[in-house]
Amino acid sequence: MNTPARPHIMTEHLTVHYGRQRVLQDISLAIPDRQITAIIGPSGCGKTTLLKSFNRLIELQENVRVSGKVLVDGENIFDPQIDVTRLRKKMGLLLQRPQVLPMSIFDNVAYGRRIHGCKNRRLLGEIVEKYLTMAGLWDEVRDRLHGPASQLSIGQQQRLCLARALAVEPEIILCDEPTSALDPASTQHIEQIFMELKKDYTIVIVTHILRQARRLADHVLFLYLGELVEHGPAHRIFDTPQQARTRDYILGIIS
Amino acid sequence: MTARTFKEVCAHSLMRTVAGFVISLAFLMAFGLYLRARPILVTKPLEELLFHTVWNPSQGQFGLANFIISTIWVTAIALIIAVPLSVFTAIYLSEYAPAKIRNIARPVVDLLAGISPVVYGVWGILAIVPIVRDYLMPFFSEHLPFFPFASDNYTGFCTLTAGIVLAVMTFPIIISVTEEVVSRVPFELREASLALGATKWQTIKLTVLKKARPGIIAAIILGVSRAFGETMAVLMVAGCAIQGFPRSIFDPAYPLPALIANTYGEMMSVPLYDAAVLLAAFILLLVTMLCNIAGWGILLRTERRGM
Repeated sequence: MNTPARPHIMTEHLTVHYGRQRVLQDISLAIPDRQITAIIGPSGCGKTTLLKSFNRLIELQENVRVSGKVLVDGENIFDPQIDVTRLRKKMGLLLQRPQVLPMSIFDNVAYGRRIHGCKNRRLLGEIVEKYLTMAGLWDEVRDRLHGPASQLSIGQQQRLCLARALAVEPEIILCDEPTSALDPASTQHIEQIFMELKKDYTIVIVTHILRQARRLADHVLFLYLGELVEHGPAHRIFDTPQQARTRDYILGIIS
Repeated sequence: MTARTFKEVCAHSLMRTVAGFVISLAFLMAFGLYLRARPILVTKPLEELLFHTVWNPSQGQFGLANFIISTIWVTAIALIIAVPLSVFTAIYLSEYAPAKIRNIARPVVDLLAGISPVVYGVWGILAIVPIVRDYLMPFFSEHLPFFPFASDNYTGFCTLTAGIVLAVMTFPIIISVTEEVVSRVPFELREASLALGATKWQTIKLTVLKKARPGIIAAIILGVSRAFGETMAVLMVAGCAIQGFPRSIFDPAYPLPALIANTYGEMMSVPLYDAAVLLAAFILLLVTMLCNIAGWGILLRTERRGM
């Protein structure tokens, strides 16, 4: 566990401003390949901004300014040469509340492959089955694949979003508090799937639930007011934090 | 009962009465029109009134078909022009335009809605009629002399002109409703689509517009209702003459609202004349009411579903 894995995502002096407000300040970190990395910290500390700078979704905000570098597989993603759709295809995204697209379950999962040009119906059918199975949803929805996705329960919707993200064959899965809208059973279900998936995927999960980070994470980043206070293997951060602020947060003194 | 509670009760009941009166006006109007149109409904079969083309009140012939067709023609032309233009404008404003442009464009669009129809009519006469007369009509009669372009009306006052003016008049409602429903699509849904590697246009086309579709349909229905009932501007540019069944977009049109405005109050001694015109008014009221109910109904329903 202690052997440092090859970093999949790295940032160098990443600083992000919204208008005049600095949200992230001089963040340099490495996210190891095929492990679960948890980004923890009190709300408003820039966790989501950090996550969304990995796939350049922060560019959708108005008045955003980014400096520094984010390297994915060694490539600087802010390089103007980079094709942002290809970058995003590499990374699945799960949001706080599941965002099912206004179409059937089948079309949700097939969406990503279709926009990347796949038209073969048989192949799409296989893909849909494969990834719904991976997301642990196939048995529940196999009889109503062409029904509207919006009629699924919230927990099922989140697994559908996971299947949809997996279907474009990403290498990285980014999750922004993926279980905060879910009931305990669904949360446990999603967590189990993550433990399975980390064999093949690099997973980055933003969470404000420390127990979840303890359960899942191999590697932890602690952000506080836009600064990266501490990062390292999960057991070290939780058992022997080096920084006073990390310790206080873990003990529940600051939040 | 203290003075305070008495005032409370008075204020409540006063406002309830006033509101009830104002709201019931719509129904009273519909009912009144129906009552006045009844004499012709009991003497003539409805299909004769709606589908016969001969309008000759002094002979007792009250076929409204030409007016109805005219109305449909004019409304259809207006929509064919207005829908793509206003939907694209709305998408540009909500998806692409920077906040600065959006903040200028929105009030301008609302301003368009507030301009008096008579001004649109004058604009139609001064700007659109000459273009149709001098360019469009000669071009089509030379190069595409067949349905629905063949015509011998060289005045420029025609169905197409009315359609164009109406299109401009329906822009504001379609643009503002579409823009609102499109921008109400949750931001996270766009993120979800973009995160899968979709381009912005794919996201708009496949996800945003799909989510907003009921609202856009509602916007178009509200546009229909505006075009269908608009009177003044149409009256000024449509030509308002009947030369049999309107076959060409360059023929004059005589839509229902224009018929009512032009003829009601004249020749009232002709039997049933007044009932026939009021039947036209009743039809108009019914159609615009239904359009409005459908349009707002869809909008409210999508809003409640938390779009």
